Amino acid sequence: MPINFDKALGSHEQALKIQARRASALSSNIVNADTPGYKARDIDFKQILNNSKGDMLAMTSTDSSHISTQGMGSMGMALKYRMPNQPSLDGNTVDLDMEKSAYAENAVRYQTSLRFLTGKFQGMMKAFRED
Amino acid sequence: MSLFNVFDIAGSGMSAQSTRLNTVSSNMANANNVSGNKDELYRAKNPVFATVMQDVKGNTQSSGVRVIRIEESTQEASRRYEPNNPLANEMGYVYQSNVNAMEEMANMISASRSYQNNVEIMNTAKQLMLATLKLGE
Repeated sequence: MPINFDKALGSHEQALKIQARRASALSSNIVNADTPGYKARDIDFKQILNNSKGDMLAMTSTDSSHISTQGMGSMGMALKYRMPNQPSLDGNTVDLDMEKSAYAENAVRYQTSLRFLTGKFQGMMKAFRED
Repeated sequence: MSLFNVFDIAGSGMSAQSTRLNTVSSNMANANNVSGNKDELYRAKNPVFATVMQDVKGNTQSSGVRVIRIEESTQEASRRYEPNNPLANEMGYVYQSNVNAMEEMANMISASRSYQNNVEIMNTAKQLMLATLKLGE
């Protein structure tokens, strides 16, 4: 029986991708903290993860040579605009403290996913070894 | 890979903020310039930031910041009577450049803080990428 990496690694691989995307979205918020009229955006993590896990976007394959759409979540669709806590004169909605803490939190979550994946890989390695 | 984007984004921010620091230093250096002619006078310069938009899979998203132009302040230059100044006009007046030192200092602190933020972002992204390279070890 061939080893199915998708099954073995679970949703952590997806989570890693989304967290990398979120890092990019949050970093552009922080970078644009001084840009007039910039509207801060963030990724709805839960929504994409559900999309990528569920069959919301899955296509029916009628032939064995079709590429599976499983796990190809709508990465770009879930970028949502932030509601500003307080309005600013230049129309910028970036709350720097919030964005920075979100970025730091996201970095930790990314490392958590990495740790989980490392655990999975180590588990597999253990299974492969005969001793 | 998205984490590589973070480097581009933070890099664009650092470049924009250093342009801002540059204009601040230019303004501060010329803060005490005087001229007999209003039109030849040094005027405070300020960069205008704009978001760089990028099309990713059919929807636009921000991918950094850039300086679209440098604007000169339109604030009226103050005039003072200094007949002994070699730059004074025939009426004996010199015009003082319209740089506001307090504004420039605040601008400088803000730019340097933003620059530091960008460096932090880049550092964090770098650590994440290095951790990813070690995945499975």
